[in-house]
Amino acid sequence: MRVVILGVGNTLLTDEGVGVHAVVALTEGYDLPDEVEVIDGGTSGMDCLDQVSGADVLVVADCMRSGKPPGTITRLDGDKIPAFFKTRLSPHQVGLSDMLGALNFHDMLPKAIVLIGVEPLSFELGMELSPVVAPVLPAVVDALVAELSRIGLPAVPKAA
Amino acid sequence: MTKRITIDPITRIEGHLRIDVEVEGGKVSKAWSSGQMWRGVELILLGRDPRDAWAITQRICGVCTTVHAITSVRAVENALNLEIPVNAQFIRNMIISAHAIHDHIVHFYHLSALDWVDVVSALKADPIKAAQLAESLSDWPLNNKAVMTQTLEKLKTFVGSGQLGPFTNGYWGHPAMKLSPEVNLMAVAHYLQALDAQRHANKIVTLLGSKSPHIQNVAVGGVSNPIATDSQSVLTIERLLAVKEHIDALSEFIRKVYLVDVSAIGAFYADWTKYGAGVMNYLSAPDFPMDTKGTQFLTPGGYIPGGDLTKYKPITAFGDAFLRDGVEESVKHSWYTYKAGAKPLHPYVGETTPNYTDFQDDGKYSWLKSPTFYGKRAQVGPLANVLCGVAAGHQPTITYANKVLDTASSLLGSKIPLAALHSTIGRHAARAVRSGVMSEVLTQNWQALIDNIGKGDVKTFNKPTFPKGEVMGFGFHEAPRGLLSHWTVIRDGKIANYQCVVPSTWNAGPRDENDEIGPYEASLMDNPIADPELPLEVLRTVHSFDPCLACAVHVVEDNKEVVQVKAL
Repeated sequence: MRVVILGVGNTLLTDEGVGVHAVVALTEGYDLPDEVEVIDGGTSGMDCLDQVSGADVLVVADCMRSGKPPGTITRLDGDKIPAFFKTRLSPHQVGLSDMLGALNFHDMLPKAIVLIGVEPLSFELGMELSPVVAPVLPAVVDALVAELSRIGLPAVPKAA
Repeated sequence: MTKRITIDPITRIEGHLRIDVEVEGGKVSKAWSSGQMWRGVELILLGRDPRDAWAITQRICGVCTTVHAITSVRAVENALNLEIPVNAQFIRNMIISAHAIHDHIVHFYHLSALDWVDVVSALKADPIKAAQLAESLSDWPLNNKAVMTQTLEKLKTFVGSGQLGPFTNGYWGHPAMKLSPEVNLMAVAHYLQALDAQRHANKIVTLLGSKSPHIQNVAVGGVSNPIATDSQSVLTIERLLAVKEHIDALSEFIRKVYLVDVSAIGAFYADWTKYGAGVMNYLSAPDFPMDTKGTQFLTPGGYIPGGDLTKYKPITAFGDAFLRDGVEESVKHSWYTYKAGAKPLHPYVGETTPNYTDFQDDGKYSWLKSPTFYGKRAQVGPLANVLCGVAAGHQPTITYANKVLDTASSLLGSKIPLAALHSTIGRHAARAVRSGVMSEVLTQNWQALIDNIGKGDVKTFNKPTFPKGEVMGFGFHEAPRGLLSHWTVIRDGKIANYQCVVPSTWNAGPRDENDEIGPYEASLMDNPIADPELPLEVLRTVHSFDPCLACAVHVVEDNKEVVQVKAL
């Protein structure tokens, strides 16, 4: 079993970087089983291909525009994923969808893909999350931890 | 009748573009290149610790992470007059050459080959003939009948399932597609193999850079990881041996597949050596320093005015005054204002004050500034670098360039001269030539590092100290898309100004202070357009510059969207 948790986003554009902030917070707060690899993907696409290929489960954390109130966390999996990538709710999906398309053609697509999306408020210039999205970050991390529990690879909170 | 075509990517990642062309009599008669996103990283950096700038600038772009990290530390080191240990140079050189090769392979096979290769046509190929052709071109072991048959089966299953995936929205059956089904099948087989090849490059970056896509093993003063103890976070001999295996595998793919495929596509599309030259002033940086100061480089760089190689003038060292004093940026046609009026500014005194208007054909229309070199527009990129290499008598560059030209000439049945490289297809050829050169750079640096460690030198870092008062410096790097420079002013240890002059600014910048068009714009002039609804030819020329990412684009006519295409 190999699990990849991929945070994507541009950390120079406030809420757009929420996926990256989430995976960084995850690794800072938890000890993860050896089977779990966490990648800060930034806005890269094909550069992450090597690490993602052949994973059993891919969990993507990203910002996601779907018209809900800013800070809303949405979980997508299974059939909803291809549609999500087709409609491009997040700007990173060009790179990501290219990467997943290439993996698909190679029969190296992860067996399961889960997306944890966070509705952004701001794409302004800045390295911090907006005041609306910042308080949601712990809940995003919880959502990632919940995915790991669901798979049977629980994350253990680090001793303070 | 004049027809206007707008191609506007919908994504928001740094570097993406909008291209407008006017077509008259089946040819491009006017062109505009517009950067559609404001890059404000310069403002984020103000007041910060210069030692942190590299980690921040590598977030500018998802494709060019490593190159900004390296250029940023070079800029700060230049400001401090700080030499770095040779081991750090060797490690950085391997990281940047592996990264660049990765970029070139992915660009050619995964992002732009579909401008030339018709995947659906490959379904009609005879795999035996495809294998015969491939084996006649190269002794690559994966050119055989079994591989071609397998590829065809895979493609049939894939297309049959209705999921074209990476091949969706290609220009299948477009009249400008010229390859035979067998060549198309060979290209698809190599597309698949390229995915494995690029993993070798990525592994090198990961092993040496500690992490990918955002490397961690770099610091102002050298690299941060020590060499040769046995903890996980350092560079061990075991890791270095793994690096060598990846270098060898990658080099074989470049020699036996990439260089050959580029030659074949060049020969079958020989027409495209006539289009896309554009601006023929070429500017390129030397790179892969082998000494602590940055005065001895493995690849040369400099300036070639008007495509005349005899007028080549080299750039010779970090901090080179010829480069330093020649660069200015105009904002006459960009969505910025300069305080003192509209005169072009040197990057040390550069300003980043946004002033968005609308898209004005004769006024401001881009978030990119317009850089000039001693007042002239210049084209940057692998083509500029290869031409400088030839002009400088750099033997590896000449060898690989001849290999490509000879292979293409023999396929075409007539001699293709070096001058054919001033073209759309020439930029692809140059990228492969430079990949060949860099595969040797990788091996040389690997050996130099091993030899130096063997002598007992494991130093990787010189501690920087920041003086009171003001210092300034700039760093350059011959990045995958060409000359990249970062310019910084440091006051009392904090960043007081920071400007990035990126390759896409040189190439994709709008009209300049004298209303002269830039390299992208110039390269599009007179390109034939068979079908304005499907402007494949525009994409071919723009993609030949390797714009930062695979753009999802809209084709818009009179501001009314008529077709949506994905330009892979």
